[in-house]
Amino acid sequence: MCTYQTVRAAMRGSAKGPQSRWFRVTDATVYFDHPVHAMAEHTLNIDLADPARGPGARVAVELTAASARELAAAIQTALDAAPAELTA
Amino acid sequence: MRDVGDALTAETIRIAGFGGDEIEAYLARPAGNGDRRGGVVVIHHMPGYDRGTKEIVRRFAELGYDAICPNLYHREAPGAAPDDAAATARGQGGVPDDRLVGDVGGSADHLRSLPSSNGKVGVIGYCSGGRQSVLAACHLDLDAAVDCYGAFVVGEPPPDFPIPITNLVDQLPNLRAPLLGLFGNEDKAPTREQVDELDRILTEHDKPHEFHRYDGAGHAFFSVDRPAYRFEAAVDGWERIEDFYGRYL
Repeated sequence: MCTYQTVRAAMRGSAKGPQSRWFRVTDATVYFDHPVHAMAEHTLNIDLADPARGPGARVAVELTAASARELAAAIQTALDAAPAELTA
Repeated sequence: MRDVGDALTAETIRIAGFGGDEIEAYLARPAGNGDRRGGVVVIHHMPGYDRGTKEIVRRFAELGYDAICPNLYHREAPGAAPDDAAATARGQGGVPDDRLVGDVGGSADHLRSLPSSNGKVGVIGYCSGGRQSVLAACHLDLDAAVDCYGAFVVGEPPPDFPIPITNLVDQLPNLRAPLLGLFGNEDKAPTREQVDELDRILTEHDKPHEFHRYDGAGHAFFSVDRPAYRFEAAVDGWERIEDFYGRYL
């Protein structure tokens, strides 16, 4: 099935994308739906993008649900392990 | 060399879509204009105007039709890679229904303008395009429509649904073309119950339709390069499509 999901969040940061170039990331789009490349029927997909620079300014990942949960937990663990004054 | 008559051409062209906007489209045609033939508008799935969809367009040319697929994401992402274009269009809320109808109408007009046209045009869509195929056939003069596992032709999207999509129940009385529906019995969108409901509504409105439903197949069973591919359903489904278009186009 197509979930049509689209969860969006504003971002501040950078990503390394097409032609191995870094670019500023302004937007994240997150959805659980069909992947383009991953060999699973559905994956958790994240697009980190700068729409102002065009559709190609995008880093895309497609992760199985289990992998996505592992990543989310790892991100949380890393944030929690850092001194609070750095992550406020 | 023996002439087996299987030459075809395929190319990207520009056509007038909704509101007269110039949009990109992929056109595949049997060689020559000698035999009058029908046309097929292919509506791509949500992942976009991609290689798999273009293969489908060429297959219809191989079957003897002039076939075209409009790039529904051309406005958001002209010239972009199909996956980037799909991501951009998704981030902007998807394709509005009126724009879809206009783009399919422009595609049908282009097919009918070809010197080889017999005046008949069918439409086919996959996944989100399945719903859009039915939508187009409720608003345009088309001669046959095929819905491959389209969600939300019937059934209510959840209240927190991320894009503004509605079902087509109130539009089904206006369906102007015979409908072929191909569905996987393991699909969750549409569910078996929703396919039953669509069948019932079309019967109530005396709309010609035929549905084929496949055990062991879920959503996207035609996608040859995806884990969802189910060859038995896909092979039978292609035969049903050939038969259906053979009768109406």
